Amino acid sequence: MRGGAGTSLASFEDAFAHALFAAPGAADPAVADLVAQPAFAVYRNTVTKSCIDALQANFPAVTRLVGEEWFRAAASAYVARERPTTPSLQAYGATFAAFLADFAPAAELPYLADVARLDRFWIESHGALDAPLLDATSLVGADPGVLAGAILVPHPAARWAWFSDSPAYSIWRDNRARETAGGELAWRGEGALLTRPGDVVEWTGIDHAACRFLDACAAGRSVELAVDAALDADADADPARTIATLLDAGAYSRLVVPIDQSA
Amino acid sequence: MISTLTAGLGLKPQHYDEALACPAAGLWFEVHPENYLVDGGPRLRWLDAIRERHPISLHGVALSLAADAAPEREHLRRLRRMVDRIEPVLVSEHLAWSTWRGAYHPDLLPFPRTNEALARIVDNIDAAQTALGRNIAIENPSHYLRLEGHDWDEMPFLDELVRRTGCGLLLDVNNVHVSANNLGFEAAAYIEAFPGAAVMEIHLAGHSRDPALGDALLVDSHDASVSEPVWALYERLVARIGPRPTLIERDDRLPPFGELLAERERAHQALVPAMAKAA
Repeated sequence: MRGGAGTSLASFEDAFAHALFAAPGAADPAVADLVAQPAFAVYRNTVTKSCIDALQANFPAVTRLVGEEWFRAAASAYVARERPTTPSLQAYGATFAAFLADFAPAAELPYLADVARLDRFWIESHGALDAPLLDATSLVGADPGVLAGAILVPHPAARWAWFSDSPAYSIWRDNRARETAGGELAWRGEGALLTRPGDVVEWTGIDHAACRFLDACAAGRSVELAVDAALDADADADPARTIATLLDAGAYSRLVVPIDQSA
Repeated sequence: MISTLTAGLGLKPQHYDEALACPAAGLWFEVHPENYLVDGGPRLRWLDAIRERHPISLHGVALSLAADAAPEREHLRRLRRMVDRIEPVLVSEHLAWSTWRGAYHPDLLPFPRTNEALARIVDNIDAAQTALGRNIAIENPSHYLRLEGHDWDEMPFLDELVRRTGCGLLLDVNNVHVSANNLGFEAAAYIEAFPGAAVMEIHLAGHSRDPALGDALLVDSHDASVSEPVWALYERLVARIGPRPTLIERDDRLPPFGELLAERERAHQALVPAMAKAA
């Protein structure tokens, strides 16, 4: 007899993996004897608990906002739908924000999915490739014509988003810092930028124009076209100030000057 | 280098500064490489900084050697990069599976020790050792279930892996204690018969009683200090096979660093006279 019931290793593992998440009575005959043993719960509990623990570690602001009990219940529903695909559990939860956006019990917290996106941004920024930072002084004295045609390349650790419907960034920041928001929160759209200058993840609020400017840079557009995108978002934007703010935050790693303009 | 290692500790982010500064003789640290498989950033620099002062052992939890599939190429490639970066004193993995058909199950799952499983695991260890450019140590698992259909007892199975792949073994004494309790065999006899020459590393950890089943089911929970019966088995083992790098494993309910260091000192004190004798 092989594999508990004459089954191959692959069939055994299929049945065992399925039983970890299935109702106890629904086990494949290849593992029914194992699932019936009380000790099977050790595996079932460890797998589920490790997944939920990982999500809780990866989404600290969401956890603080909704409380541990609510979070773990939501995480449990997510685990049932989406297993980790890599053993690096800091990568687990890539779709958790999208899950929360459609999660009926979270309907009263419309900003929750965006707070989850920001927690996720923090992890992505923390583990992103190393690259030099472009500092503002390297642009001083640059020919304005050359600069307009050049491309600002976002730093691999830079993450940003514009949240049009809610102050998701302020909510995230206050919960991330474990601070209680001081005073009344102004209910308006906000942008967020996370960067990693000096090896520590930092964050700052940015306006809609700055977000569109970054989007254009990430798409490989020239500074001139990125300025147009910023002004499209907000006709009153001050592009020079936007560029200075973003450089100061560490959003860029280099300036690429197309060959035909550098001559 | 291995001869200078005595007892080590798992590296926990909460204890990072104390770990970095700790001057204890023979101290080394063990990490799960999966926690450091990032593209860049401060996490890798923490590890680099520890590595500058202390030897590091990589203890993988996710190669899934007992899965009926070859280890993922990309995972092996990233592990190799980490091995080249860290130059670990030891690399180890488990006799278990976790990744299966694209999903990672964060646990060490059991399997029937069949001839088919043996052939597959031999191939997988070969693949891992080739990709990493070095031999690895394979850890004996904790058992909870009475699993039918084995063609092999555990010890001859481990022996055969050593014979066919040249791998070493990592003897986790707590796993033996827990498994002996749960499956009803004699832990001391297992430790006595274990192939000592192949042992590259020893693990010591705490366990807990299952909340529902109590003493009938011990769980390898790594959330308590090492128990006295496990220390007794360990001392017998070292007396028989000689000193080996020994890890105090603690992953949950972390005490202050000083408390772990005191536990580590007990293993260190057991190893020092054995080293003098072996020298």
